[in-house]
Amino acid sequence: MATNQSRAIGKWALAPSLIVLSAWAFVPLALTIYFAFLRYNLQDPDNTSWFGLSNFYYFLSDPYFTKDFINTILLVGSTIIFTIAGGVGLAVLLDQPFWGRGIVRLLMISPFFIMPTVSSLVWKNLIMHPVFGLFAGIQRFFGSTEPIDWFGHYPLISVIIIVTWQWLPYATLILLTAMQSLDGEQKDAAAMDGAPPLSYFRYIVLPHLSRPITVVILIETIFLLNIFAEIKVTSVGGFAGNLTYLVFSQLNDANDVGAAAAGGIIAVILANIVSYFLVRIVGKNLEG
Amino acid sequence: MGTIQLKKVRKAFGESIIIPGADLDIKHGEFIVFVGPSGCGKSTLLRMIAGLEDLTSGEILIDGKDCSDAAPASRGLSMVFQSYALYPHMTVRNNIAFGLKMAGETPEQIAPKVAKAAETLNLTEYLDRKPGQLSGGQRQRVAIGRAIVRNPSGFLFDEPLSNLDAALRVNMRIFIMQLHKDLGATMVYVTHDQVEAMTMADRIVVLNRGNIEQVGSPLELYNKPNSKFVAGFIGSPKMNFVEGNIAAKHKAKTIGVRPEHIDIVSGKGEWQGKILLTEHLGSDSFLHVDAGDAGRLVVRAPGEFAGKPGDNISLKPDAARIHKFDAQDLSIR
Ligand SMILES: Nc1ncnc2c1ncn2[C@@H]1O[C@H](COP(=O)(O)OP(=O)(O)O)[C@@H](O)[C@H]1O
Ligand SMILES: [Mg+2]
Repeated sequence: MATNQSRAIGKWALAPSLIVLSAWAFVPLALTIYFAFLRYNLQDPDNTSWFGLSNFYYFLSDPYFTKDFINTILLVGSTIIFTIAGGVGLAVLLDQPFWGRGIVRLLMISPFFIMPTVSSLVWKNLIMHPVFGLFAGIQRFFGSTEPIDWFGHYPLISVIIIVTWQWLPYATLILLTAMQSLDGEQKDAAAMDGAPPLSYFRYIVLPHLSRPITVVILIETIFLLNIFAEIKVTSVGGFAGNLTYLVFSQLNDANDVGAAAAGGIIAVILANIVSYFLVRIVGKNLEG
Repeated sequence: MGTIQLKKVRKAFGESIIIPGADLDIKHGEFIVFVGPSGCGKSTLLRMIAGLEDLTSGEILIDGKDCSDAAPASRGLSMVFQSYALYPHMTVRNNIAFGLKMAGETPEQIAPKVAKAAETLNLTEYLDRKPGQLSGGQRQRVAIGRAIVRNPSGFLFDEPLSNLDAALRVNMRIFIMQLHKDLGATMVYVTHDQVEAMTMADRIVVLNRGNIEQVGSPLELYNKPNSKFVAGFIGSPKMNFVEGNIAAKHKAKTIGVRPEHIDIVSGKGEWQGKILLTEHLGSDSFLHVDAGDAGRLVVRAPGEFAGKPGDNISLKPDAARIHKFDAQDLSIR
C-alpha cells in the first residue's frame, strides 16, 4: 500500500490530465444538452428560444425513429455475433503452427487499418455492385442472369457484411492474443483426462476466452453504435439508417439543430443502457 | 497391473536428439524416480510415457501391451504437472470430476468418487472453490485428486513439489509416499532434487543428457555408482573429486571420497589442510578445507566440532570408501 505522501503526489501528478480530459468530454456534452432544449433551426437561426422537452418528443415520434432504432440493434447485434463467432474460429486456427503463419496473421489484421469510407467505397463499387461487382461476376459465372442488387434489396445486410469485414480482424487479434496465453499444460491435462477436441474447446478454450470476448463485445458495442460512414457512403440511409444516421439527417436534411442534439442525447442514454445489460449478460453466461 | 517397459525409446526434436535410446523395465507397484540435472530430458521421457509426446522410434509397453501410439487417456495413467495445470474456471469439484465426465460416467457414478478423493486429500471443504482461491499446497492436492480419482494403474509426476516452500515440500513428499503405500500403484516421479530421489524411490533412474546412466536402489547408487556423473549427483554434500598424483597412486584418473567418509585425525593423517569455512547444521558440521595437493575438500565433522576457519587439520579418507574413475569417468571396480 502506498503511503499518504506518495498518494498525494500521485493525485497532483494526475490533476492536469484529469482537467484536460474532463474539459474535453464535458464541453461538447454540455453544448449538446444545451441545444437539445432549444428551438434552433438553421433555416431560422435568429429565432432560438427555450423549447422544453419538445425536441425529444419530436425525435422520438419521428416515423424513422423506431425503424432506425431497430436497425441499430440489428446492426450492432449481428455484427458482434458474426465477429465473435468468426474471431473465435480464426483465433483457434491461427494459433495452430503452420507454414506462413506470420504472414497470414499480418494479412488478417489489415482490414482494420483501412478507413471506413475507403473500404465502403470498395465494397460498394468493386464487390457488391450489381453490374461491376465481384459478387455479381461470380453469380454470372455460375449462370445467373440477374445478379443480386445488394444495396437495393438487402441494404441492412450489406452494411452488416461490410462492418463485419472491418471488425473481424479486431476480434480475431484480441482473441488470438488470449489463445496464446492459454497454458500448454492445460491442453496436456485435458489430453490426460481424455477430452476430445470439441470438449477441449467447449470446457477449456471457450471459458478461457470469456473475458476477452466480453472486452470485444464492449468495445465493438461502443464503436458500432456510431457506425456512419458505411451507411452514408453506400447511400442506404433511408432504409438501413441507424440512430447516428437519423441524428445526421435531422441536422443535414431538416437543418434542425435542436432535434439533432436531442437525438444525440437519446443515443448516448441508449448506448449506456445497452452496454450495461450486455456486460451483465455476457459476464454471467461465460464466467461460470 | 501397472508395468511399464521402454524399448529403445528415442526422441529427437528436429535435428537435436534429446533421448538417444532408453531401455527400462518398471515393475508393478514400483516407485521409480527419474533424476538428473535440468534439461537432461526427464520431462520429455515422462511425457512420452504419458503419450503427450510422440516417439521418434522405439516402443513403450504398458501392462505388456504396445501403447506407443495410443492416446494418453487410454493408457490407464494419470499425470500430475509441475504447474498443476488445473482448469482455472472450474471448481475443485469439476476439476477432479472432469476426467470421469469425459470418460462418459454419469453424475451419480462421479459424485461418490469425487467425494472419496476429496476426503483422502482433505479437500472436502474446498470443493466449491476455484483454483485461484487456493494456496499452492491445496492446488497441489487438487492436482493429485484429479490423478487418483480415475483409479489409474500408474501415476506420473513431473517435479510436483518444486513450486512449494520447503516445509510443505517435506509434508507432500511424505504424503505421496504414503499414497504409494495405500494405493499400491506404480509411480514414476521426475525430480532434479537428489534428496527427493533418495528418500522416495524404490529405484532411481539417473539421466545424463538423455542417456540412462544407471538404474538402481538409492543405496546401490550411493555405494556403487557406475560413473563419476552418478557419484557426483547422488549424495549431499557432493562427493569430493581428486585428480593428479594422488589419484594416480590409486591407479585412477580421478578418485572420489564423500564428505562423510573422511575422518579428522589427530597426528599425521593422509592429507593436511586448512579450514576455510564451516557450515554448522547442528547435527553435523561441514568443513570446507584447502587440502594442498588434494585440492578443496568438503569434510563432514560432528555437530559439536570446535575447529575454526584458519585452523590446520589432518584428514584421513576411509580407504574402503574411495571410488576410482578411469579416463572415461567410468568406475574402476
Ligand atoms: N517441444 C520441444 N521442442 C524442442 N526442444 C525441446 C522441446 N521440449 C523439450 N526440448 C528440449 O529437450 C531438452 C530436455 O527437456 P526436458 O525434458 O524438459 O528436460 P528436463 O525435464 O530434464 O529439465 C531440453 O534441452 C529442451 O530444450
Ligand atoms: Mg522438466
